[in-house]
Amino acid sequence: MKRKCDKCNRPATIRMVEVIGGKKTEKHLCDLHAAELGGVAKDLHTPIDQLLTNFVKLHSGARAQQDLVCGHCGMSFSQFREDKLLGCPHCYSAFEPMLAPLMEQAHGGATHHVGKVPRRCGPDEDRQQLILRMRKRLDDAVRDEDYELAARLRDEIVRFEEKS
Amino acid sequence: MNLNDVTEHAGEWLRGQGPHSDIVLSSRVRLARNLAGFPFVDHADRRQRQEVLDRCRAAITAGQFGQDLLWVDLPSSPDLDRHLLVERHLISRQHAAGGPESPRAVAIGENETFAIMVNEEDHLRLQVLRSGMQLDEAYTQIDHLDDLLEAKLDLAYSSKWGYLTACPTNVGTGIRVSVMLHLPALRLTGEIEKVSRAARDMRLEIRGFFGEGSEALGDLFQISNKVTLGRTEQEILSDFQNVVVPQITAYEQQARQVLARQRPAQLDDKIWRAWGILTNARVLGAEEVLSLLSQLRLGVNLGRIQTVDIRTINELFLLTQTAHLQKMTGCLMDQGQRREARAQLIRRRLGAS
Ligand SMILES: [Zn+2]
Ligand SMILES: [Zn+2]
Repeated sequence: MKRKCDKCNRPATIRMVEVIGGKKTEKHLCDLHAAELGGVAKDLHTPIDQLLTNFVKLHSGARAQQDLVCGHCGMSFSQFREDKLLGCPHCYSAFEPMLAPLMEQAHGGATHHVGKVPRRCGPDEDRQQLILRMRKRLDDAVRDEDYELAARLRDEIVRFEEKS
Repeated sequence: MNLNDVTEHAGEWLRGQGPHSDIVLSSRVRLARNLAGFPFVDHADRRQRQEVLDRCRAAITAGQFGQDLLWVDLPSSPDLDRHLLVERHLISRQHAAGGPESPRAVAIGENETFAIMVNEEDHLRLQVLRSGMQLDEAYTQIDHLDDLLEAKLDLAYSSKWGYLTACPTNVGTGIRVSVMLHLPALRLTGEIEKVSRAARDMRLEIRGFFGEGSEALGDLFQISNKVTLGRTEQEILSDFQNVVVPQITAYEQQARQVLARQRPAQLDDKIWRAWGILTNARVLGAEEVLSLLSQLRLGVNLGRIQTVDIRTINELFLLTQTAHLQKMTGCLMDQGQRREARAQLIRRRLGAS
């Protein structure tokens, strides 16, 4: 088991020996308490401080291009620029050419996700596409007031989503 | 549990315990999630929002989220209750303000250790709040809550962009890590500016915990990450644990020592004046109270004042807010009445009556 900090319950990361009046005492401290004592010269390395970018006006030069439209929710890229919010998850792929440089700026040069992956539909993007298509059919059915079809589609979606 | 029960005391996260709680009041982790197959909230019609709400509610109330779960339907809640939830940091202003026609809710876990906003900017906004420096513990809990939700719901995710969020600035991990810091000495010595600049250089957001502007009432600052893509949750957390928090707390400690050494009389004067006013005043404004409480808190941390504990002061930061005063008194009050009630509450809690 890892040794705990003398002052709190966090794991001790640093062992310090103090000699006061010829008497030696050993201290085990966590990163925070060690820094508090000023006992360690902390390494100033930080992975995210190098990346200050000047905010270039968004999409300068992209204006001449045709507006992109998301096939699932109907949101256009120019509308997104006004609202600052996307319309649906599919917008990310619909707007990818325009969005990618913007994201790189907002996230310090990052181009893709490296964190947590949801267990059930993370690796399985077909599953998401399928759900998207089923939902679209359901929305159409509701809009056309075909409630019988809508009820059937809803059951189908529930059954599908229960399979994980 | 209901909203009246929560009013008299602050949530667990202000109890003034946990590592480094003299400077780090609380740790917070938030995750943004959306359901696959639905438009994002802002672009969804009422029926779609209702369906999202129903599904999330079913997933949340299906159990495993703890015994004492409170589900608050926001469109049907009185204004005062919604303000109360904002003051307690269980919902955002934006979430409180949505109209009566917009289906949305918040699920609050036992002792307010977690809250799940449904249909805010994203379908799901989970947050875990802990007292002191407990980001690891907060992340462990929120990761577990996220797993529980994911077991019941298909979340919008792509292998390139990660968790898909309504605003692209949250995409990827969807995580927002923040700590609430009390930095009175850095403010008194004017060095807070340097801290702010350093934080911005690290792509962190630093702002006052209370109020809308950049001014930090009560010397309480909230620092959070801005980058959510291209870094793992662990990397983001570890920046806070190994760099941001240790450095700023050490800097604040140093500033406190310098003040105590170089201007002891002025420092004590500030602290005792704050004590004098708080224990005697009959009429107190909200902003004035925040700054006096900050000085009192510093006095307690420096051992100058020993008759009050940190928890009492932390709680007063919250309980002296407008909605809390009215909820505790049980009636709506005008500004003059609130100022009197505020002064009375403080005298009572500080044992001066
Ligand atoms: Zn420690
Ligand atoms: Zn879309």
